[in-house]
Amino acid sequence: MPETVQPFVSLTGATKTFGGITVLKAVDFDVRPGEVHALLGENGAGKSTLIKIISGLYVPDGGTIRIGGETVTLSSTRDASRRGIATVYQELLLFPEMTIAENIFLGNYPKTAWGGIDWPEARRRARALLDSLDSPELDIDRKVASLSVAQRQRVEIAKALSRDARVLIMDEPTASLAEADVQRLMEVVRALRQRGVGIIYVSHRMPEIFALADRVTVLRDGELIGTRDIGEVTEATLVAMMVGRSIDQLFPKPEPIIGETLLEVENLVSGKLVKGLSFSVRKGEILGIAGLVGSGRTETALTLFGITPAESGRIRIAGKEVTIRSPREARDLGIAYVPEDRGLQGLVKSMTIRQNVSMASIDRLSRGIFIRFAEEAARAVNAVKRFGIRARAGIEQPVGQLSGGNQQKVVIAKWLETAPRILILDEPTRGVDVGAKSEIHAIMGELARTGVAIIMISSELPEVLGMSDRVLVMNNGHLVSIIDRADANAESVGAAMTVAKKSKDAA
Amino acid sequence: MANANHPTSASGRAPSERGVIARFAAAYGQEIVIFFAMIALFVIVTAINPRFISPENLNTIFSGNAYIAVAAIGMAMIIITGHIDVSVGALIGVLATISGTLAVSGYPVWVALIVPVFVGMAVNAVIGVMVAYARIPSIVVTLGMLSILRGGLITVTGGAWISGLPPEFLIAQAKPLGVPAPIYFMVALTLLAAFWMRYSEFGRSLYAIGGNPEAARASGIPIERRTVMVFVIHGAFAGLATMLFATQLQVIQSTVPPNLELTVITAAVIGGVSILGGTGTVIGSTLAAILFAAIGSALIFTNVSAYWLRAVIGVLILVTVMADMIRRNRQGRA
Repeated sequence: MPETVQPFVSLTGATKTFGGITVLKAVDFDVRPGEVHALLGENGAGKSTLIKIISGLYVPDGGTIRIGGETVTLSSTRDASRRGIATVYQELLLFPEMTIAENIFLGNYPKTAWGGIDWPEARRRARALLDSLDSPELDIDRKVASLSVAQRQRVEIAKALSRDARVLIMDEPTASLAEADVQRLMEVVRALRQRGVGIIYVSHRMPEIFALADRVTVLRDGELIGTRDIGEVTEATLVAMMVGRSIDQLFPKPEPIIGETLLEVENLVSGKLVKGLSFSVRKGEILGIAGLVGSGRTETALTLFGITPAESGRIRIAGKEVTIRSPREARDLGIAYVPEDRGLQGLVKSMTIRQNVSMASIDRLSRGIFIRFAEEAARAVNAVKRFGIRARAGIEQPVGQLSGGNQQKVVIAKWLETAPRILILDEPTRGVDVGAKSEIHAIMGELARTGVAIIMISSELPEVLGMSDRVLVMNNGHLVSIIDRADANAESVGAAMTVAKKSKDAA
Repeated sequence: MANANHPTSASGRAPSERGVIARFAAAYGQEIVIFFAMIALFVIVTAINPRFISPENLNTIFSGNAYIAVAAIGMAMIIITGHIDVSVGALIGVLATISGTLAVSGYPVWVALIVPVFVGMAVNAVIGVMVAYARIPSIVVTLGMLSILRGGLITVTGGAWISGLPPEFLIAQAKPLGVPAPIYFMVALTLLAAFWMRYSEFGRSLYAIGGNPEAARASGIPIERRTVMVFVIHGAFAGLATMLFATQLQVIQSTVPPNLELTVITAAVIGGVSILGGTGTVIGSTLAAILFAAIGSALIFTNVSAYWLRAVIGVLILVTVMADMIRRNRQGRA
């Protein structure tokens, strides 16, 4: 990449604050035509805020945006797209009931002389775009609903190109793709670069970054840690930049006291992503579950917790066979589940800390039909102290107003109120800042030492390796292997995660 | 924020508890606003026309509309749980006809009064089961129920009025200690329901379900059973509202006040119950029901066309919902 190339988009001092919390602090970032610029950082580091600013979704509180050398304000995604910036979102924004051609040109149809939609032209251009993306097999009259994720992604890219995108933002484009599709997508990205499109590539996957990127920028806690040419860095230096310290400092895991087997699962089957799973967890043990998105990790947790009850298989708790058909039954058996998406399944954001903390144990907190308010408040105050939940208005603050880390602590506090024997944590530190993260890890270590069996699902390999006594690796609904702490490292777990995934949904 | 400039905030440690008054204001903001709006209305209209606060007029305002307030209690619970019921007006019409028919057919008065409560519970149990277990949106189920009840009522009664009601049946005309009976009813039911919503586990679970049903389910709340129960309770309140509605005049019209369900829903919404579920109180809905009645009466006493009432209420709805959306956006941001 010659240094003389002027960046197409450049941000200087971009700052964004939400409700008093600064999520992006004076970040400089630029993209040149014909380069792949990887954006890297832990969850909550500010990546998505940064790309939302570039795509016009958020207006920054400070800093300037220059496009093609000209200072601009992007007040909407329409603004950004008019200036040549397009985004391929993680959750694809297509209309399933419309055809590929209709989706590509929605809102941007070629017009005939009298102002109607020029369908022959639209169809011709749609065909040409897809061919240029090496996708001659996609019929432009097919409904998007019938396409695989990988195919939809290519339609999204075609849509971006139809608007003459000069910069394409790709947010975790490979997160839900099978291996064969990943290779194909990488080819497409290379072809786009060849054409002079600048690509902002957000991904956690190191191999992709090293295979594709020209430069890489690392964010941590909303701050710019650095932008480097790919030749200057190694995987280790990138991880160090991301986490800011080495892994053993980051996960202060106390020596575990492992007791007898508490939970045994045999041939568990549920839906398409839990296909005959057998494993066990012991008292005081932290069992990490690793796997790619879509490998069945969360589905396993939902099955154990009774949200999607098991179709077959056996579950034994402390040697006794049980059936779990609802979250209530799971709770009564001493199982707690801190969900992946705390906004969706963890919290009622309009309610206060006090009301959320007591939510799963409210029937035990009641005398007759009435809630014991003093007891409820005392427990909430305790939880706030114990977990260091920072809230301006104390326990009466609605949880929607708290930061991600504090919200997560409220969810964990809620479940600890039920005094669980088995605690399932699904992405316990996603979207949580580094400080709260290590506090949550400390709580986990502490709980394990009191004899709670912990199952932790995490997409962050350092977290899995740092916290787990054993690592269970899943792939495509199956158990690949269970690796002891001593043998678990990035290579062994990473290899198990990606073993020849059956690419059923490959295009 | 009121304490943004508080000296302790500067040191980085925000005060952990606000004052009692501030907390009360935060919890009952909408109720307080309505209460003062009502006082302002009374003061202004009385200044223009002193007969506004004559005992007869107050009687009309409070007692004549108590049944709306009672129905709005159940409606508030339904909306707090994240549902809606557009059939309650038609239901009250059916229940009033049942009540009146029983009364003129010689059944004891207490039977004529209590049977509608159970019928209301049964009808709403059907709605609740369809909403909770068949997972049909409540707006659809209750629209269907609205047609069934309204069509059925006209078919059966042929639009005839029921007259010749026994005098002891007309309990809404009673005035123990000089105060009309419906006012006792309204106040007692509102306080009871408010207490129940605030202090019982059941009430708490309704707020949780309305705020985030997935999180409520994952917290072990049996949301299907609670949904059916809240519809049944709402049906009971429709029956109690019927007790007041059917017994206030010498005749029962089979054509209930048109748009009664909308008036009831509006009372709940203006009373501070978020149409998206999860927040609000039954005290607010009762205050709002009275506020409407007072506005309607005020228009008459200030010689403004009563047709303006709908428009005024429309403006109130939009303002209230807008304020709610703004509040939600602020909360959701952090």
